[in-house]
Amino acid sequence: MSTVAVIDYGMGNLHSIAKALQHADPSVIVTVTADRETILHADRVVFPGVGAIRDCMAALQRLRLDAVIREAAAEKPLLGICLGMQALLDSSEENGGTPCLGLIPGRVVRFAESTGNASSSQQELKVPHMGWNRVHPLRAHPVWDGLDHDRWFYFVHSYYAQPTDPRCIAATTYYPEPFASAVAKGNIIAVQFHPEKSQADGLRLLANFLRWRPEP
Amino acid sequence: MLAKRIIPCLDVDNGRVVKGVRFVDIRDAGDPVEIARRYDQEGADELTFLDITASHENRDTMVHVVEQVAGEVFIPLTVGGGIRKLDDIRRMLNAGADKVSINTAAVFEPEFVKAAAERFGSQCIVVAIDAKCVGTDPLRWEIFTHGGRKPTGLDAVEWAQRMVDYGAGEILLTSMDRDGTRIGFDLAVTRAISEAVPVPIIASGGVGNLQHLADGVLEGKADAVLAASIFHFAEFTVREAKEFMAARGIEVRL
Repeated sequence: MSTVAVIDYGMGNLHSIAKALQHADPSVIVTVTADRETILHADRVVFPGVGAIRDCMAALQRLRLDAVIREAAAEKPLLGICLGMQALLDSSEENGGTPCLGLIPGRVVRFAESTGNASSSQQELKVPHMGWNRVHPLRAHPVWDGLDHDRWFYFVHSYYAQPTDPRCIAATTYYPEPFASAVAKGNIIAVQFHPEKSQADGLRLLANFLRWRPEP
Repeated sequence: MLAKRIIPCLDVDNGRVVKGVRFVDIRDAGDPVEIARRYDQEGADELTFLDITASHENRDTMVHVVEQVAGEVFIPLTVGGGIRKLDDIRRMLNAGADKVSINTAAVFEPEFVKAAAERFGSQCIVVAIDAKCVGTDPLRWEIFTHGGRKPTGLDAVEWAQRMVDYGAGEILLTSMDRDGTRIGFDLAVTRAISEAVPVPIIASGGVGNLQHLADGVLEGKADAVLAASIFHFAEFTVREAKEFMAARGIEVRL
């Protein structure tokens, strides 16, 4: 029986992600937990999150989960979602600059808001980037199985990841310029959108993650 | 690019969806889970649940409704009606809601919006604005409470800007002049507020046909359109609405 641990550090809607994982694969045992041993014994780990990055990093450090996430990522498939993706980079410019976990080289930056005097040909940029947008996979990855054709996923965020190494970018989305909507490196796959809120394609991505066995 | 969203709104009273529901082939036309599932299958981009009684006793029922829907329908869910305390928000989010819509409480205690955004993040704080036209030269709209009966003296555009400054991640704008009329959104107020704030605007109030939805986006500059009756009664499906909008060059998720 395969197990997946959803890391609970008090940031965000864990009910939804747990239910969606269970729905994606009813045979998987899903545990929402902050317990180090449970996380490290699980076959797979999901690292979700919504809110502000400084609160996220502070909560991870207080619960000593930063080290657990690094350890887990070295050993088993780890899925970062939304703020859980951003926290994997070196740093974020949110909250006046916040050091992050450093598992993916690069930084997290804010979308530039429209100034109101943009020319009419330019798309007015609302921030947060909220709603359904297309995800263009840039590299083959088992989580894209059946989803390689620019599918729609649900986003809510004001900041986005800028990985230093373009090879880490697993998918891009246009808003209005392309940004990294998914990153991948070794055991880590992380997405800016919310697969747990992206209907059938979101469940498919979760099911793909639950089947994924990274090459050693 | 980012799709424009279509959001069916479900009025919930004591755990049941009320106000006419067209789905004749489902077992129980008032069951929130079945109705939510049907809208999801038709391609709804989000769902909004409005607790129309919003009494203290009803809150537990609403939490239960959200829990049930969130367990089966995997699109964003917003809950509005009677959200007055941080604990109301916490309970709704824990039950599986993605956003809460704050209306009256924002008017009486603006700092509540600030506290809510700081605690839970702007992404889940929708401020609902009920606006009514109070002047035509120049055009001016004012915030009303109690279903459009009580004026507050607050200018709608300034109020929207203030709510965004306080951390609202989205504005749900209802025209009290148009609500229930089926003659279309108040496009002028929609556009005025959409151009005045950097966050997404959901237009609401007055939809009677599919052209109204398209107008809300094309002329009102809304990022999302919310409607209740055209989807509840046997008029249009969400998919028909999306196909209509797509044919007019609006990016939608189909």
